[in-house]
Amino acid sequence: MEHTIPEKHYLNEATGWKSWLMTLDHKRIGILYMIMVMFSFFLGGVFALLIRWELLSPDKILMGPEMYNQAFSLHGIIMIFLFIIPSIPAILGNFVMPLMIGAKDVAFPRLNLASWYIYVIGFCFAVYALFTGGIDTGWTFYTPYSSESTTAVIPILTAAFVLGFSSIFTGLNFIVTIHRLRAPGMTWFQLPLFVWAIYATALIQVLATPVLGITLALLMLERVVGIGIFDPAMGGDPVLFQHFFWFYSHPAVYIMILPGMGIISELIATFSHRRIFGYKFIAFSSLGIAFTGFLVWGHHMFVSGQSDLAAVIFSFLTFFVGIPSGIKILNWIATMYKGSISLDTPMLWALSFLILFSIGGFTGIVLGTLSIDVHLHDTYFVVSHFHYVMVGGTVMAIFGGLHYWWPKIWGRMYNETLARIAVVMIFVGFNITFFVQFIMGTQGMPRRYATYLPQFQGMHGFSSIGALIMGVGFLLIAIYLIYAIFKGKPAGPNPWRALTMEWETPSPPTAGNFEGQPILEHGPYDYDKVIPENALKPYKTI
Amino acid sequence: MKDDAAQRHILPLNLYLAVGSGLLVLTVITVVVAQMDFGPMNLLIAMGIAVIKATLVAMFFMHLKYDNKIYMLVFSGSLLFLGVFIIFTMFDTLRRGDIYEEIAEPYLKEAVIYRKAETTTALSHPAADTSNTASDTVTSDH
Repeated sequence: MEHTIPEKHYLNEATGWKSWLMTLDHKRIGILYMIMVMFSFFLGGVFALLIRWELLSPDKILMGPEMYNQAFSLHGIIMIFLFIIPSIPAILGNFVMPLMIGAKDVAFPRLNLASWYIYVIGFCFAVYALFTGGIDTGWTFYTPYSSESTTAVIPILTAAFVLGFSSIFTGLNFIVTIHRLRAPGMTWFQLPLFVWAIYATALIQVLATPVLGITLALLMLERVVGIGIFDPAMGGDPVLFQHFFWFYSHPAVYIMILPGMGIISELIATFSHRRIFGYKFIAFSSLGIAFTGFLVWGHHMFVSGQSDLAAVIFSFLTFFVGIPSGIKILNWIATMYKGSISLDTPMLWALSFLILFSIGGFTGIVLGTLSIDVHLHDTYFVVSHFHYVMVGGTVMAIFGGLHYWWPKIWGRMYNETLARIAVVMIFVGFNITFFVQFIMGTQGMPRRYATYLPQFQGMHGFSSIGALIMGVGFLLIAIYLIYAIFKGKPAGPNPWRALTMEWETPSPPTAGNFEGQPILEHGPYDYDKVIPENALKPYKTI
Repeated sequence: MKDDAAQRHILPLNLYLAVGSGLLVLTVITVVVAQMDFGPMNLLIAMGIAVIKATLVAMFFMHLKYDNKIYMLVFSGSLLFLGVFIIFTMFDTLRRGDIYEEIAEPYLKEAVIYRKAETTTALSHPAADTSNTASDTVTSDH
């Protein structure tokens, strides 16, 4: 059946740059975020490629050790604070979540727009830091070095501080939206699992981010005014900084992965055409991860000089995080079992997630084991583990989500063949880049060094080739997705025959999302009861 | 709506006075117990009274007791997480020296022996010789 693009939709109902910069429409704000966040991803990616280029040889190729310190610090800071934390909640959460719950917008549209402007201000501070001395502390800003470094520490701390507010605003907005604006009939257990994941994420954003703000403010005070909080010479405690920092930053890892897990739940159910297995377990495991994630931060500090008692407690508690993650993985696999699986591009991303995130998760258990971590700490094993979770997990999920909802966002389909080639390139490139880093790590290759012993050159070279393959893969994705916006085939309201409510609006949706107030007629995963016939019967209104 | 009703909720004056008096009494108790020494319980008692007072204020003066239970959850949740942060950090800061004491223990014991030996040698051989110097070195190394 041939589809057409509806005459009026959110993209053309108002025109001109002002209509975008002053918009209160959650969908347009999602797009604004997409532009900024993806630009940050590009910027962080450039630094990643520079790092891998330098590591082709133990001798200097592009940059000396100081420059290398700046490159990996900026790669980390940009990827964490400007890309991965805001990525899924701010782009897809903003665009899709209100549609999924049958709302016309988020609860506080102005706050939503404010959060984007605050993000832009944070971005500007980060760019300012980039051009005024850079930053060489690593993304963790550990004291005492960050108290002394002559690079642009204050601007980058200000950037992270400001970006935190953007994150809090988004989280607060989503919590209220999910509580107050659900369509009639949409009880908590009728919510799509992506919404559950966004809700759990929002809780962490609101609870943990202020602690980061306080930490960075204290560090700034120490640098500027000389108050002794972390400096032992003034009666401070440098390890206390790590407590403060990781009390936010470990839960922040779940801010990064939880919404990704939400996307995977949607993708696996839709492309297996099967009711999701263990809905409540998946939903509550999101909350379980959000909670236990707050109790394990000390596993980043096993060799930082924290007490043995604390190290043992944190190591023990760390194992508990594996349980809710394991519940999710097993439920997703059970959903696929005997499902009618179609291997469209979003599903390929989801399958990549399952494999890579599992490897990332299991190696996390290895690192959480106190006695082993003492040996692997600060080696490439940690680098690889982190990238398997963050890239193998979150990045796979966000690209899966983008491919899944791209037809909804723009109303047009991308080239499926190119898209499948891109997934394979990224999957292969990623494993070439990072699997070898596990091996290097166990052999003692320390992280954050611009040089290495000659015995590691082969593996470093192999890893760099993988990074290049990934880079080309991401470039390919950018090309065909942007092409699809203008020239793609009209997608129709529900190209994937999914049952969640966002597919019951036209693609792209109208400015007000739904005509009238939609009511829920079936659950989000009732594939055993309902055959989607949205083309004929969009939705029932009251 | 329920929330509006919660906003309009007015408590009887007597209750305010009773809670206010309770707070005053607790303040007097705080001052009195501050004059006594309960050893390690000092902090616990002072914090306990403070928690009771803060709870009374939140419950009655801030109407948390009569409001939507979700606010109670948010309020106590934030306290819980603050508690987790402080207590878990104290697992570290209060016990950081443990390992060093444990590692140092055998050496400290040896050091005592050396010190005794040193004293004995010093007493029996007032004119110090080279062995004495050696034991000094060992002791000071540890």
